[in-house]
Amino acid sequence: MSELLFEDVTVRYGRTTAVDGVSLAVPAGEIVGLVGESGSGKSTLAKAAVGLAPLTAGRISLDGVPVPTRGRHRPLQMVFQDPYSSLDPRMTIGESVAEAMPPGRSRAARRTEVERLLDLVHLDPASAAALPSRLSGGQRQRVALARALAADPRVVIADEITSALDVSIQGAVLNLVRELRRELGLSILFISHNLAVVRYVASHVAVMHRGRVVEHGPAARVLAEPSHEYTRELLAAIPGRRSRS
Amino acid sequence: MNRRWSRVVRTPLGLTATVLMAVVLALAVLGPLLWDAGAEAVDTDNIMAQPAGAHLAGTDSLGRDILLRVLVATRLSIGLALLAVVITVVAGLLLGSAPLLVGRRFGRLLSAAVNVAVAFPGLLLALFFAVVFGVGATGAVMAIGLAGAPAFARLTQTLVAGVAARDYVSAARVAGVGRARILFRHVLPNIAEPLVVNATIGAGTALLSFAGLSFLGLGVQSPSYDWGRLLYDGIGVIYVNAAAALAPGAAVLLAGLAFNLFGESVAKALGVSTGPRVVRVGGAEPPVVEDTRATPSDVVLDVRDLEVVVPGQHGPVRPVRGVSFAVRRGEAVGIVGESGSGKSLTALAVTRLVGDDGRVDATRLELLGHDLRAPDTAVRQRLLGTSLAMVFQDPMTSFNPGRRIGGQLAEVATHHQGMRRRAALARAVDRLAAVRIPDAATRARQYPHEFSGGMRQRAMIGMGLMGSPALIVADEPTTALDVTVQQQVLDLLASIRAADDVALMLISHDVAVVGEVCDRVLVMYAGRIVEDLPAADLAGSARHPYTRALIDAVPDMTTDLTEPLATIPGRPVDPADVPPGCAYAARCPLADDRCRALDPELTGDATHRVACWHAGEPLPARHETDELVESP
Repeated sequence: MSELLFEDVTVRYGRTTAVDGVSLAVPAGEIVGLVGESGSGKSTLAKAAVGLAPLTAGRISLDGVPVPTRGRHRPLQMVFQDPYSSLDPRMTIGESVAEAMPPGRSRAARRTEVERLLDLVHLDPASAAALPSRLSGGQRQRVALARALAADPRVVIADEITSALDVSIQGAVLNLVRELRRELGLSILFISHNLAVVRYVASHVAVMHRGRVVEHGPAARVLAEPSHEYTRELLAAIPGRRSRS
Repeated sequence: MNRRWSRVVRTPLGLTATVLMAVVLALAVLGPLLWDAGAEAVDTDNIMAQPAGAHLAGTDSLGRDILLRVLVATRLSIGLALLAVVITVVAGLLLGSAPLLVGRRFGRLLSAAVNVAVAFPGLLLALFFAVVFGVGATGAVMAIGLAGAPAFARLTQTLVAGVAARDYVSAARVAGVGRARILFRHVLPNIAEPLVVNATIGAGTALLSFAGLSFLGLGVQSPSYDWGRLLYDGIGVIYVNAAAALAPGAAVLLAGLAFNLFGESVAKALGVSTGPRVVRVGGAEPPVVEDTRATPSDVVLDVRDLEVVVPGQHGPVRPVRGVSFAVRRGEAVGIVGESGSGKSLTALAVTRLVGDDGRVDATRLELLGHDLRAPDTAVRQRLLGTSLAMVFQDPMTSFNPGRRIGGQLAEVATHHQGMRRRAALARAVDRLAAVRIPDAATRARQYPHEFSGGMRQRAMIGMGLMGSPALIVADEPTTALDVTVQQQVLDLLASIRAADDVALMLISHDVAVVGEVCDRVLVMYAGRIVEDLPAADLAGSARHPYTRALIDAVPDMTTDLTEPLATIPGRPVDPADVPPGCAYAARCPLADDRCRALDPELTGDATHRVACWHAGEPLPARHETDELVESP
């Protein structure tokens, strides 16, 4: 169980500031929801944490130690949004998952581990020999989760992992996220634009707007009694909240 | 892969290419073995002879048979060309993938150098390198090989950049996989196909360049000879013995053709076709069954038994199978479904936008009383252009990026309503203001990329309002938009409906949106309507198990946090593989043998129709262990 801490993080691309002085904590063993619309900087913040975006200023640390962005040991892993481009179409599921494992295991040990991980995400271990094209979107997201878990992470960032899925399949992935937190004690930063989904999985919520965190706190409080104007606007825009005229 | 290749070989192109290549390669291997002695035989009594008898192409200045020399020269010519291609591919791959390995700054310098090199004409580069490396076969191979490298490197760079941006490469980077391994394991295998095609066609070009260099005297030198060298020797005596130059020339032509055609066949086998063989769906037949019941006058859109057929890998596929509904003036009808339900195709079929390879059939398809199944005429185009407004899902691609917004809107008026350009533009500005785009006059002169996604959708609605539409068809209009922008667009649609009594057909996967905006909801599954009910009844009185499962599966702000989310086991039906009987039976807790054998009809009263043998029956309690282990 580990805590992920963002301290005054700024990410700048040329003249554009994507993330502006964000401070955020993901407590050990908790799921923190990060909500915002496009352009809010939530995805950029996630990418900066795993080393896919340059960190202009600030500090991102895991239990006080800066998150390593080079080398084989990566305690911070990420699951991406698009299930159709997050798996290499030419590698089998087993190979994709095994690639993320730390080096130094025998082939047999790797195979056993792959089966254990697939079982953890409720996929048939025999599907380790299948290519991604045979899996549905929901199944691919589970493989992506298994791959993230293969690296033995302490914190996982889930970047809009259900946004591209059919409604009837989304629930299974969300149930899985909750289960993984419960069983593995994983800390998760759950990014989404869908407030109802975030309310379901997260215990804390942070709201981002134009690169800044405008509000954060326990999910129950923020989503029921928001104090910032923008959060109120977001809540009011959820379809179905207003009666039809 | 083998299947595709054998299919290609059966086409005329593939067959010719394969045969020619086989002949060329056979000659390259066997030629010197069979005819080397004959080609070297000097016969001073028979110098510069005309084609006759024993010498079908005549003899050269030393009495050697030209035809035999041409055949024997195949090996050297082909061998050198292939060697040059290998050099091109290796150098190109190295230069093209280096930016991925060396990091951003050096990578940029390298890309810039390659781009500059591409600007030089290939033959010029070849001549330059030939001077550098010296005259002779080795020098020529290096020259042609390196001259082709910049173009190949550029192609590699572009392909690598495309793949390097994909999520699986990012995931590998996040997992700590090294750059070299990412290149060899993830990037190169996924860009192999276009590169192979280019390399194969490049072989033909290399052959021709080689012949050119040798012809200029820079390539192969005596006593070795390739086709270009034979041409060089033969061109001087072309008025004495034309065959001396024409024979090697013909050989170069045929071999070059063989390589190029082979490259084309490889392209067909590998890349261009995405798999399913397009089985032509039969042409539009005149409708056999006519529905001649009179339409009530306030019905804007009347659809009966709509069916869409598209070609698929194993025969025709019916993504829409028998859809019937009607939309009245001012009414808002929502169509809800998931992937594979056929909802988008229904919208496209109704607006006559299904592509040429698909066929639309219906016993009745009328807009404002006009039959949309009739052949396309100017009158019908005007009807569709002015009485129907369409809003597409992707705001990025629904406008022409090369033209200003105002001009695109004005096109409707100039084309369909006969307005003059200035009046049409003025109306366009007026319509942009009507859809609440601030500063409409300035905005009309802007290009689509200067508009945000929400504004583009509003401009799209504005384009539909250029006429006086009776129906707006919106296919997932807000899926790609933020939730606050979505609210603005939906509010806009509501105000337009209220102001002009315009009907709305809203297609979406989002039940909440449809429930909020529409009066009536049609739920589609596997190409059929399974339930037709008032939107107010969605939450409480839905009767089809799929509708109820769909409502339960969507989390909202009041979902119970202590329970796992409801899910529907299994996955949506693939339109190419629809089971007999009710398509939902495989996922339905109430399904029995009758459901699996017989497809239920859509029955009910005027306000509520259901297609289910167990409509309205209570669903069994959800189990905790509903989370089944899934296999592909």
